Amino acid sequence: MTSDTAMPAVVAPGLPAPRGPLSAAAFDTLRGSPGEQIDAAAVAQADPYGDDLQLALYCCYELHYRGFSGVGADLEWDPQLLGPRRHLERAFLATLRADVPGGTDVSAEIDALLVETPDASGVSHYLRRCGQLWQLREYVAHRSLYHLKEADPQAWVIPRLSGPAKTALVTVEHDEYGAGNPRRMHSRLFGDMMSELGLCPQYGAYLDAAPAATLTEVNFMSLCGLHRALRGALIGQFATVELTSSPGSDRLVRAMRRLGCGPAAIEFYAEHVEADAAHEQLVRHGVITPLLASEPELATDVVFGIQAATLLADRFSDLLLRNWTASQPTLRNPLPDAPSQVATRQKIAP
Amino acid sequence: MPTEPTRRRITVTEDGPILVQGPVEIVLADGQEVISDRAATALCTCRRSRRYPFCDTSHRRRVRTDRIRGAEADRTCDR
Ligand code: FES
Ligand SMILES: [Fe+2]
Ligand SMILES: [Fe+2]
Repeated sequence: MTSDTAMPAVVAPGLPAPRGPLSAAAFDTLRGSPGEQIDAAAVAQADPYGDDLQLALYCCYELHYRGFSGVGADLEWDPQLLGPRRHLERAFLATLRADVPGGTDVSAEIDALLVETPDASGVSHYLRRCGQLWQLREYVAHRSLYHLKEADPQAWVIPRLSGPAKTALVTVEHDEYGAGNPRRMHSRLFGDMMSELGLCPQYGAYLDAAPAATLTEVNFMSLCGLHRALRGALIGQFATVELTSSPGSDRLVRAMRRLGCGPAAIEFYAEHVEADAAHEQLVRHGVITPLLASEPELATDVVFGIQAATLLADRFSDLLLRNWTASQPTLRNPLPDAPSQVATRQKIAP
Repeated sequence: MPTEPTRRRITVTEDGPILVQGPVEIVLADGQEVISDRAATALCTCRRSRRYPFCDTSHRRRVRTDRIRGAEADRTCDR
């Protein structure tokens, strides 16, 4: 065992500010003073991709990870919270299913992820070509919602797999968790990068600042991870990340070199160029092939997972590019080096 | 009683790297030694990797966006 006295103390973040009636009601329950209950009718009024629903869902899920200070840990399995959560999840899931084409051809979906388009649009392409330091810092702050718990949402799927698919998935997860060395945990490398970029590496520090499009991507992982019925979709989501990460990480390494970022910042994405080239092979040949051989009926869900993850990644990318090209910040509480931050608080174009 | 030797699995892929199980030491043609402590290492076979001997996905097919349905070229940068 490696001991490391420099590990930061574990502190649960505080609850963020609510963004509408659903999140306000969920937070009342979380604080132990339930009032108005979230029902299907209230959820039907909300935008399934919107701030209010996504933040409410995010905070319900967070009890399964680190929780919040001032929120009882027992609430994790309390019907008062699970009931409303189910309404939020159903609305989110139904919208995603309606917004993707679907199908059963897993190979075709994977082949599409493996084609490189050097002239494509997308956040990593933009940052590599012409991104500024404040934009790179914003990107990292957004991504911290996932990467500070990197690999955790996918760990839920382990007991839902068996045989070679389970072994291969755990091999990838083991690498994400530092392969026995806590200093090499990807979440830790991400925190080191944040510190070097002058961002706060504390878990949950940018939750209040994160717009819906950022929360939505993490919520999709938690949704698929926590439901055995969605294990095929979780594998599709996981594959999407592992298959697209290596070239995207290479572009971010080049963006950081161009911007003169330090070695700890570069290391997180440099590690992912190499690691995810191997993870790609493990996920394709080690996880998906045996999984579909033993449970061919999961093909529909794997396709759904890939398509939904791609859709949500595109929505996030569009939000960033649309605002950046107009010199607008994309965090709800802009970073101090973002342009014209006084006038733009909470005015992120949806 | 004779036991089965523990064998390492090496997976050859159709269009990409060779996947090698376990931490490895690689000796390059010029005698240089490189190590990888990963549980699985992807070794480049296409020689295009910028991190040779490790695969960095440079073996992938590259297509311009105008040849792909639905893909959008980047017009967001001034340069
Ligand atoms: S085999 Fe992947 S870069 Fe050469
Ligand atoms: Fe990782
Ligand atoms: Fe990975």
